[in-house]
Amino acid sequence: MTTRIDTRFAELKKQGRSAFVTFLMAGDPDPATSLEIIKALPKAGADVIEIGMPFTDPMADGPSIQAAGLRALKAGMTLKKTLELVRGFRKDDNATPIVLMGYYNPIYIYGVDKFLVDAKSAGVDGLIIVDLPPEEDEELCLPAMKAGLNFIRLATPTTDDKRLPAVLANTSGFVYYVSITGITGAAAADSSAVSEAVARIKRHTKLPVCVGFGIRTPETARSIASHANGAVVGTALVDALKSSLDAEGRATAKTVNAVAELTASLAQGVRGAQQAAE
Amino acid sequence: MNIAKPNSYRSGPDERGHFGIFGGRFVAETLMPLILDLEKAYTEAKADPAFQAEMDGYLKNYVGRPSPLYFAERLTEHLGGAKIYLKREELNHTGSHKVNNVLGQIMLARRMGKKRIIAETGAGQHGVATATLCARFGLECIVYMGAVDVERQQPNVIRMEMLGATVMPVQSGTRTLKDAMNEALRDWVTNVHNTFYCIGTVAGPHPYPMLVRDFQSIIGNETKAQMQEIEGRLPDSLVACIGGGSNAMGLFHPFLDDPSVEIFGVEAAGHGLTQLHAASIAGGRPGVLHGNRTYLLMDADGQIQDAHSISAGLDYPGIGPEHSWLHEIGRVNYLSATDDEALAAFQLLSKLEGIIPALEPAHAIAKVMELAPKLPKDHLMVVNLSGRGDKDVPQVGDILKGKSK
Ligand SMILES: Cc1ncc(COP(=O)(O)O)c(C=O)c1O
Repeated sequence: MTTRIDTRFAELKKQGRSAFVTFLMAGDPDPATSLEIIKALPKAGADVIEIGMPFTDPMADGPSIQAAGLRALKAGMTLKKTLELVRGFRKDDNATPIVLMGYYNPIYIYGVDKFLVDAKSAGVDGLIIVDLPPEEDEELCLPAMKAGLNFIRLATPTTDDKRLPAVLANTSGFVYYVSITGITGAAAADSSAVSEAVARIKRHTKLPVCVGFGIRTPETARSIASHANGAVVGTALVDALKSSLDAEGRATAKTVNAVAELTASLAQGVRGAQQAAE
Repeated sequence: MNIAKPNSYRSGPDERGHFGIFGGRFVAETLMPLILDLEKAYTEAKADPAFQAEMDGYLKNYVGRPSPLYFAERLTEHLGGAKIYLKREELNHTGSHKVNNVLGQIMLARRMGKKRIIAETGAGQHGVATATLCARFGLECIVYMGAVDVERQQPNVIRMEMLGATVMPVQSGTRTLKDAMNEALRDWVTNVHNTFYCIGTVAGPHPYPMLVRDFQSIIGNETKAQMQEIEGRLPDSLVACIGGGSNAMGLFHPFLDDPSVEIFGVEAAGHGLTQLHAASIAGGRPGVLHGNRTYLLMDADGQIQDAHSISAGLDYPGIGPEHSWLHEIGRVNYLSATDDEALAAFQLLSKLEGIIPALEPAHAIAKVMELAPKLPKDHLMVVNLSGRGDKDVPQVGDILKGKSK
């Protein structure tokens, strides 16, 4: 089964360049502005869009993304509305892959089977669920694969060669390499360590490898993109969004542009990179 | 409920850490290799007689075990029913049952060569126990504590600092125990290479609920032997308070396969079950948080709700997964007591027995006040007195002064 993710990475490979992957929180700072922001991303240069599903207790996230989730929840965001957001985006864009990222509990409470049907029909292509390691594959990963959604797994510096095959076994779409042991928003790993890690993962899989956590500038994005099939930026975009809000945390006339402009400059950085040789 | 009754209630968890549908390992990939290492280290330690012998030495001479099983004669007379025994965990070094588990985990950390210990704490008792054993063994200790709890449990904050620990007030979320646990998990993900996470209750990813239970089972094992010696038979009922559920699991577990023993866990009902409370079984449903599937307080969208209890140690929106399972198969009865009921019990026990309990086990005493009078005089009831009230004296003093005004 070919998903939008597979198609997109195949295209990028033909063009000889890496993907620029953006992360923003669904419903941040409110559902309507959030849809406008997401619609603006492909034009600004995003190749793949990750959308966070807000959760009260995001154990692997730093303060910026945690605050973004709480802003969204306060504005009334729910998992159902997150799927509506994707549906809204799909009205004008049927090519850009959408990956939902978050924690398991809201999906478990929504009901796994119902969630998979609704996500697929809304136009979701893949899932990244931070707190579902391969040991819990039966919960969501295997049903998601059956439903035609990619399940994208995180590999980390602690995932050694012995463990990698287990992590990769049911991974599809791409592999998300977390360049540091730590939470989102922490400092980036240096590019030589990343390049070594990506090479190590590539010895075990043909899937594209995207790298995230700690990329904030076009320069870092470029250097990471030259070693990997994609660079993921989240916290920097969320911070740009936050800086555009008024004192009460509401969207202003600047909000959509603030995110689009940073997206464009980061995308420039990624496009400036030569893709790593296979 | 049509759940098959197991041959033994004591055989869980399965090799993947499940008690029925509960438990499991719902954590970030970064932590998985370490959790698997911990499980291996614990399996090896359990099979090593030297490990148990070393533990036994510290339990006896450092912790002060066995703790007495005390016949509360005046409380029994006052209530006029069941014969009430108190398992005196409050007499342990550091003032609560928490030290039993911390000793075990610190011994494991030493075996694994970890020099940096992190912990989360609500009431501060687990933090104090961890700070104490880190001092004893020369380990670095960092304790995460919700900013609200730092305020209301000042005596314990001061103790931890005196013991050389760093207390990190947590400002995120509800600024109580749940957020302290999130913050500890974030630290662990960041410092996984040199850090041991000492969890304070029977919750978290497998193998924690199992190993904490095992380390706390000394409470029930001693109770069994002591009751045999005093009364020549098993107790008829057991009562313990539940935050995450470690003192309760420690008392209950050795008795789970004795069908004549009735078992009661007491959750915190706060302002009442229809208002703000911390009773995950009475007011929650199964969900996934902090590495395990268990009963949780949450809204219709799976967002975790704020818990409330007068007692910082019970103020948690979840409960250990084995309790969720024992509830669903019907082996343990889960009740709840409100803030006011706990305060009344706190005062009653202080005045009748000269024992000032922590606010946590005061919840258990509150239910004893309800259960005991209805039972015959030959009914033997054991209450786990999980901790002493020193830490709560300023808080309860303020409340009582406010009330008398
Ligand atoms: C004295 C005492 N009892 C009980 C608890 C609740 O923990 P658990 O339910 O794990 O025994 C605490 C927690 O801080 C405590 O300090």
